[in-house]
Amino acid sequence: MIKKFKSSLRIAFLSGLALLMVSCKAVVLDPKGVIASDERTLIFTAVGLMLIVVIPVFIMTFMFAWKYRASNSQATYDPHWTHSTLLEVVVWSVSGIIVAILATITWISSHRLDPYKPLDVITKPVNIQVIALDWKWLFIYPEENIATINYIKLPVNVPINFKITSDAPMNSFWIPQLGGQIYAMTGMQTQLHLMATNVGQYGGGSANFSGAGFSGMRFVASVGSQEDFEQWVSEVRQSANTLNDGEYIQIEKPSENTPVTYYSSVRPGLYHDVILKFMMPNANLPSRF
Amino acid sequence: MFGKLTLDAFPHEPIIIGAAIFMALSALSIVGVLFYFKKWKWLWTDWITSVDHKKIGIMYIILAFIMLFRGFTDAVMMRSHLALSVGSSHGYLPPEHYDQVFTAHGVIMIFFMAMPFMFGLLNLIVPLQIGARDVAFPFLNSFSFWLTAVGMVLVNMSLVLGEFAATGWLAYPPLSELAYSPGVGVDYYIWSLQISGLGTLLSGINFFITILKMRCPGMNLMRMPIFTWTALCSMILVIIAFPVLTVTLAMLGLDRYLDMHFFTTSFGGNQMMYVNLIWAWGHPEVYILILPAFGIFSEVVATFSKKRIFGYVTMVWATAIITVLSFIVWLHHFFTMGAGANVNAFFGIATMIISIPTGVKVFNWLFTMYRGRITFSVPMLWTIGFLITFTVGGMTGVLMSIPGADFQLHNSLFLVAHFHNTIIGGVAFGYFAGFTYWFPKAFGFKLNERLGKCAFWCWLVGFYVAFIPLYALGLMGMTRRLNHYDAAPGWHPLLIVAAIGTAIVAIGILFQFAQIAYSILKKESSQDTTGDPWDGRTLEWSISSPPPFYNFAITPHADDIDAFWDQKINNKISKEKPHYEDIHMPRNTGMGFIIAFTIFIIGFALIWHINWLAIFGLVATIVCVIKRSFDYDTDYYVKAAEVEKIESEFSSRKK
Repeated sequence: MIKKFKSSLRIAFLSGLALLMVSCKAVVLDPKGVIASDERTLIFTAVGLMLIVVIPVFIMTFMFAWKYRASNSQATYDPHWTHSTLLEVVVWSVSGIIVAILATITWISSHRLDPYKPLDVITKPVNIQVIALDWKWLFIYPEENIATINYIKLPVNVPINFKITSDAPMNSFWIPQLGGQIYAMTGMQTQLHLMATNVGQYGGGSANFSGAGFSGMRFVASVGSQEDFEQWVSEVRQSANTLNDGEYIQIEKPSENTPVTYYSSVRPGLYHDVILKFMMPNANLPSRF
Repeated sequence: MFGKLTLDAFPHEPIIIGAAIFMALSALSIVGVLFYFKKWKWLWTDWITSVDHKKIGIMYIILAFIMLFRGFTDAVMMRSHLALSVGSSHGYLPPEHYDQVFTAHGVIMIFFMAMPFMFGLLNLIVPLQIGARDVAFPFLNSFSFWLTAVGMVLVNMSLVLGEFAATGWLAYPPLSELAYSPGVGVDYYIWSLQISGLGTLLSGINFFITILKMRCPGMNLMRMPIFTWTALCSMILVIIAFPVLTVTLAMLGLDRYLDMHFFTTSFGGNQMMYVNLIWAWGHPEVYILILPAFGIFSEVVATFSKKRIFGYVTMVWATAIITVLSFIVWLHHFFTMGAGANVNAFFGIATMIISIPTGVKVFNWLFTMYRGRITFSVPMLWTIGFLITFTVGGMTGVLMSIPGADFQLHNSLFLVAHFHNTIIGGVAFGYFAGFTYWFPKAFGFKLNERLGKCAFWCWLVGFYVAFIPLYALGLMGMTRRLNHYDAAPGWHPLLIVAAIGTAIVAIGILFQFAQIAYSILKKESSQDTTGDPWDGRTLEWSISSPPPFYNFAITPHADDIDAFWDQKINNKISKEKPHYEDIHMPRNTGMGFIIAFTIFIIGFALIWHINWLAIFGLVATIVCVIKRSFDYDTDYYVKAAEVEKIESEFSSRKK
């Protein structure tokens, strides 16, 4: 019985692991940015610490179940052994110490990885304003005065400051290979600070369900050199589209699987007005509701 | 005249029409059987109007199994759809339908599978364990059950009439507001949960009072069986947490019905407040479910190891600590909402502190097995499956309690795998263990062991095959609630594996139904004439199986934690013929059913905005409540002679 249990468990575990290896696209464990890399280290450290307790539990479960099976008359039977101060102290304190270590790590890492905290880098950051819409992402580069839908270009080794809001139900902005997610909510702004360390194309999307077209809210974060980035900016500026209020009202309407779109210019203050329209009903932009 | 209810509300999609036909046929066949065997009167007098906690418990568990079937069908649809919906293929469920399916899956499994299962086991066993003749408020108990049943009927009705919410099981605004969900789906959600939630709260109060006030002589708090202890703590959580749910959903309802702005996007509404409130209920809710499961494992491990639970006092304190801490961790469900580092760290650390008493419990179960004599009956198998599975779930849970790690794991399939790991591995395994363990007590015969073992192995293996890939998919960046995905990220193979796992679990569930059916057919050969089929330790095993309707002919006296074991070992069971007395019992009443039905009318009318019907339902409810309050004929005495007759029958069966 126990053997069967053990082997089935092992098969399940190994097949899971094997598949993971074959697929080999565990993006969370394959970071391409400083924050994601720090978060991966945190995940590994925590799992390692917890295994100190978890592995003995596994071993004891199988050992005790096997040794004290009713058919094994050799094993000691001691129905009165129901309390041991020593064991209680060991169990409480070992779990306590591990949690204390984890708690310390938590406190320090929560501050270090606070998504609102600007990265400690001298390089001048790139600012991107993010608006979650039904069901696409609108990105505004305020300094460059350009905008895109479902595509961002980022220079490598340059900090990126995201300011995020929503003009749709709650979404969550997530580029797994660059760092953790944060919610996008109407009428308010969240922030995220990331920096890519490797050139490449990284998938991003919404992690929080927002309605029928949610599955199509995916975008590409393309990381290139500073020159690539500048060249891309000038390319976007060639676009015939401009993002004014009329155009915004059009794209704000629900649409699914929206293709990548470039805007050569953006009406100044658009991002703030998108936040403000929920705060004051007579703001510049009309609310759909 | 009929509010929003028009012909469009009736089904026109093939899958839904199929489900409607299936439900209609099932209902018709039940009605047919009842007519054929002329069982209507039996159904009414023996079950619907019953205030006997054992019968109510059985009805709760039947309801839970029906909803397990429904909720699991949703799971099969989701997994099979996702195994197909890759690249240019779009599966067979359009988003509007798929989104309802995963919402219904979550709502049903938590509110209409796990909760009724828990209350079913509590009803069956808690009064017996504490040596009581019924719960404190038997009529209220019946009423609570029927409120739960009304909630269940509304949820299932949404399948054929209109739609269910397509918002995720917690219906976060603004998505659940009128602006984004104008249909009746969210209204079905609100009213089914409000009505069943009221039933839950009333049950919580009922069992809280029952445990505190109706214990037999000698059973002080530190002699209560661990299951009763965990039930008590769980009921404390119900009493504190469920009003929060009621108020939160009421505010969402006010937004939707009376154009208020608690959680809307504009006019000062605050969606973050809803997220806080719903989790202030939602986190205690998971402990409401898991604590009684911990209690069941404690009973099972002691009984099947032939050894008292190790560290009883520690177990009690660990449960109490978990109860208190479960109220200060809710924010860990949304570290990604942008609270500051101090706030996130506080809630993260509070969460991981819970793992200390939980870990201690795990060790205590292991030390109970140590130097025991372990029989691997089905309940014990579930317990060992739990120890391994729940430990994995606990580990991934603590991992996600670290905000920095959670930013990368939240809302991904890693999270989905984690909570199924704890809810299936902990709650479901626990309730299945309890169901198998106490089944002979409730029905007087044992469940078939072989089929039970088949069910267990399918569930266990199926669970790992279904959810290990989900952990991996989370790390591969796949978020939850996706309806379609590209081939590029390489998710497809793992989703096929997960679908296979679901199929294995499905076989496990079929084995469970087969086990019940087979055991009923063969019940003559597995009769439990002793009332004590497992060599049990607590008072429920000291009476016949099934117990007489008054439970204990003579009120027992508890001198030990394992009161019945103590009686058996120390020869305290009197051989003499006891002196029986008249027993005071509550009278059956149909009012619980009737009032719940009037509340169903209110709920239905409000969902469809049929104002006159809602007013009618409200008036009917008030009239019925008043009528019940003036009913003074609510109790009676069982004569000593009748008690003697029933008890002597049991003694003769025993021999």
